[in-house]
Amino acid sequence: MEQRSIGQRLHIDFPLFFGILVLCIIGLVVIYSAGGQDINLVYRQAVKLLIALVGMVIVAQLPPAEIARWSLRLYLFGLILLVLVIFYGDVGKGAQRWLDLKVFRFQPSEIMKLSVPMMIAFYLADKTLPPRFLRVVTVCALITIPVLLIAKQPDLGTALLVAAAGFSVLFIAGISWRLLISMGVLGAAGAPVLWYFMHDYQKRRVLTFLNPENDPLGAGYHTIQSKIAIGSGGFYGKGWLNGTQSHLEFLPERSTDFIFAVFCEEFGMLGVLLLLCIYLFIISRGLYIAINAQHTFGRLLASGLTLTFFVYIFVNMGMVTGQLPVVGVPLPLVSHGGTSMVTLMIGFGIIMAIHTHRRFLSF
Amino acid sequence: MAKEFTLKDQDHESNLVARRVYIAAFIILMLVIMIISRIFFLTVLQHEHYTTLSKSNRVKITPIPPIRGLIYSRDGVILAENKPTFSLEVVPEQIDDIDKIIAQLQKIIPIEASDIERFKKLLKKKRRFENVPLRLNLDKEEVALFAVNRHRFPGVDIVAGLNRYYPFAEKLVHTIGYVARIDEDDIKQLNESNYSGTTHIGKLGIEKSYETLLHGEVGYQQVEVNAQGRVIRILDRTAPKPGENIHLTIDLSLQQIAIDALENRRGAIVAMDPRNGDVLSFVSSPGYDPNKFVNGIDSKSYKALLASKDKPLINRVIQGKYPPGSTIKPFMGIVGLENGARTMTDESWCPGWFSLKGHEHRYRDWKKQGHGHTDLHKAIVQSCDVYFYSLAHDLGIDLIYEGLSKFGFGQITGIDIDGENRGLMPSREWKQKAISQPWYPGETLILGIGQGYALTTPMQLAKATASLANKGNIIRPRLVSSTSNSSTNNMITLPSVSENQITVSDNAYWDDVINSMYDVVHGVGGTAWRSGLNAEYKFAGKTGTAQVIGIAQDEEYKKEEIAEEFQDHALFIAFAPVEAPRIAIAIIVENGGGGSKTAAPIARKMLDHFMNNQDLISKG
Repeated sequence: MEQRSIGQRLHIDFPLFFGILVLCIIGLVVIYSAGGQDINLVYRQAVKLLIALVGMVIVAQLPPAEIARWSLRLYLFGLILLVLVIFYGDVGKGAQRWLDLKVFRFQPSEIMKLSVPMMIAFYLADKTLPPRFLRVVTVCALITIPVLLIAKQPDLGTALLVAAAGFSVLFIAGISWRLLISMGVLGAAGAPVLWYFMHDYQKRRVLTFLNPENDPLGAGYHTIQSKIAIGSGGFYGKGWLNGTQSHLEFLPERSTDFIFAVFCEEFGMLGVLLLLCIYLFIISRGLYIAINAQHTFGRLLASGLTLTFFVYIFVNMGMVTGQLPVVGVPLPLVSHGGTSMVTLMIGFGIIMAIHTHRRFLSF
Repeated sequence: MAKEFTLKDQDHESNLVARRVYIAAFIILMLVIMIISRIFFLTVLQHEHYTTLSKSNRVKITPIPPIRGLIYSRDGVILAENKPTFSLEVVPEQIDDIDKIIAQLQKIIPIEASDIERFKKLLKKKRRFENVPLRLNLDKEEVALFAVNRHRFPGVDIVAGLNRYYPFAEKLVHTIGYVARIDEDDIKQLNESNYSGTTHIGKLGIEKSYETLLHGEVGYQQVEVNAQGRVIRILDRTAPKPGENIHLTIDLSLQQIAIDALENRRGAIVAMDPRNGDVLSFVSSPGYDPNKFVNGIDSKSYKALLASKDKPLINRVIQGKYPPGSTIKPFMGIVGLENGARTMTDESWCPGWFSLKGHEHRYRDWKKQGHGHTDLHKAIVQSCDVYFYSLAHDLGIDLIYEGLSKFGFGQITGIDIDGENRGLMPSREWKQKAISQPWYPGETLILGIGQGYALTTPMQLAKATASLANKGNIIRPRLVSSTSNSSTNNMITLPSVSENQITVSDNAYWDDVINSMYDVVHGVGGTAWRSGLNAEYKFAGKTGTAQVIGIAQDEEYKKEEIAEEFQDHALFIAFAPVEAPRIAIAIIVENGGGGSKTAAPIARKMLDHFMNNQDLISKG
């Protein structure tokens, strides 16, 4: 039992690493097709992937106690940046999300995807679980403040993911069912109030989501086109590079948020089943690591990050198949794009750190 | 249920977490099954349906933007038109290296650095699959050159369109405003479907306030596309509804006369028809070229406009705030008569200054040696300050505030373009709120001659003058008299709005004050007698000279010693013909010196033109 495997010496969890790698390769294959068979696009994505993987391995070297120590500082740092975005942020694609650091632009909300679950795991691990009422209230505030700041940018997708990350940790920490249900009821009761305060254009978006055919030129267009792509793919798919909907340029954002529609069109339901198996494999490995962690912080954080990973998948697939509103969440590890890839990989790095540092901890 | 422990219990916690993880795993499984069944529904059960759709999905629905309505002057001249243009547009999604493409395009067609700057700015704001214009206003040769090379540039195309053009540029910019490219703030307000093919939206003036009418309704066409997404043929078409044409009340020839008479000085001129509120001329000088804004002004030119000392971007007619000066006196006269503070024959003694009892401070008259015995008629004709100091003192601030407010001073005029300033009619409450000080009697005195806190916009002054001409009937000014539809030829005339009637106990008050104003231009010793010489019609007027800086007690105002921006503003109000007024005018020339010397001659030129033309029309 005391013997250290190669994986533990390198602080890499091979099953997890293997699953991630397979997904990334699938991603590159689909991006090649979706991007109009442009090999340069694939190269560029591969470079980003490599950077993200290196980031993951580096983070995996940190002992979890070190990560816990950084939770509060990182959380506050992220909050400050979010406030800075309001005043100095760069506008792009209709939202104020980026900070221009001259060398590169970056989205402070990405930090929050990691630092919110870290902060909450750190805070809850301090005392006996399940958390008492007052601590739950504090946790809710810790989640709500960054979520509102991000939603104001407006970046509904990221706000949703940050909230999901926070509440996942709270759920795992054993919040009582009574509290959970009353929070749900409160949320449902808040919806009509929210409706009252919404701008006309926001109301229109919600209505369009409920009936996309009403607005075939506007927001309904994405959903209608992606459903056609998925449905026409059938059980076996049209085959790699043979998807017509995506190649005829009917489908917008086909290498980023709507890449799942391209995947479905070309690989069919069979491909989807396979893809879901790989995702489930990664998730079950993440949850296995969470259960076997030796300290509460690790347990909470590993399961929180894993559940968030699933929320990513679910929201993206729900959106592409027309069951959830179009909020702009990429399909994790498959969609083209660097920022979310790096964040996800660092998340997996943390999970690996929790697992591979187990024996050498004295908590 | 979890038992309570006082000490941290690792085993208990790990069990709790494990239990929750199992529950989460179960929920995940359920949701995955949901996804799978949705995919099953789409790919297997609905497969036929979507296959049919995908085969017919060579058909795209694209919006057809409506053609924007035109804007005409009262005399039927086009003031805002749509000119056909060709622009080079790029769909970012279909291009990997935009800089490379631009470099290649530059070998065929000249693309300036400012074009690229504007393009990059738009690129950030637009979605990746939307067209972004790179070069505008291509000439025929450039269009042909690109057409030959088009196959080399997938994702780049020539788009034919209509460009808004304002032939009278800076002469009417403050009235008509301009359209410019739709930005983020606009998107929040507008109906996205109706604007799905539209690139421009009214930003200012008439173009903004009548946006809904001018824009029209979007149409749709179904087009068949080839594998590159290029249109092969049109299958079906729902025509857009073109925007309505707008007919302004502006009389272009009168506008031109007013602009010429102002000789490029800073100032504002408003002429309106007191019978229906039609604004006949609307001059804010200097103006600027709205055509530069239509497709985005480059930052250098914009900064120059912002930095200009003449402040051309300000619409002086509705946003400029000026002390009314002596033009307030006829209105003060009505307020004095109505409140019983004076009768027509009551006289004041004017030694050239006025003092409050027990104070040494002398409020000076513009005429050092004084006007002697002065009644209201003489006080208006010769613009005696002492008479109005004394009248204001007897009335008190509250009655003055109430009386002048009825004429619309310190209030929005309600003209049909945005951005109007209220001006300021001070009161006790206002002063307490704004600067936390009580009202001082001395402030009432200078308010009586239109100085001190009182500020008016030229539009307000014109509206008040019109209501004086109307003997108290207050008409809301308007710039649009009717709209017409180019396809149906339907003309809709907009009704004029009478807001209110100022009632006085004796209608002779109106006649008395108007007679005095008549003698300002036609009488002996009238301050504007020069401007009334040899007129073929009769008009009424009042001069005003508004101080920009205060002059100390023992100092004298010497024009040649004062920098231009501190020289007095010249004002003049007038209406004609005096027996049945058809035009009311308000003129302000910034730092123009005396109202009689600078402002009144402008009014004369406008009235000569207007009255002569009107006579021609009535003679047939």
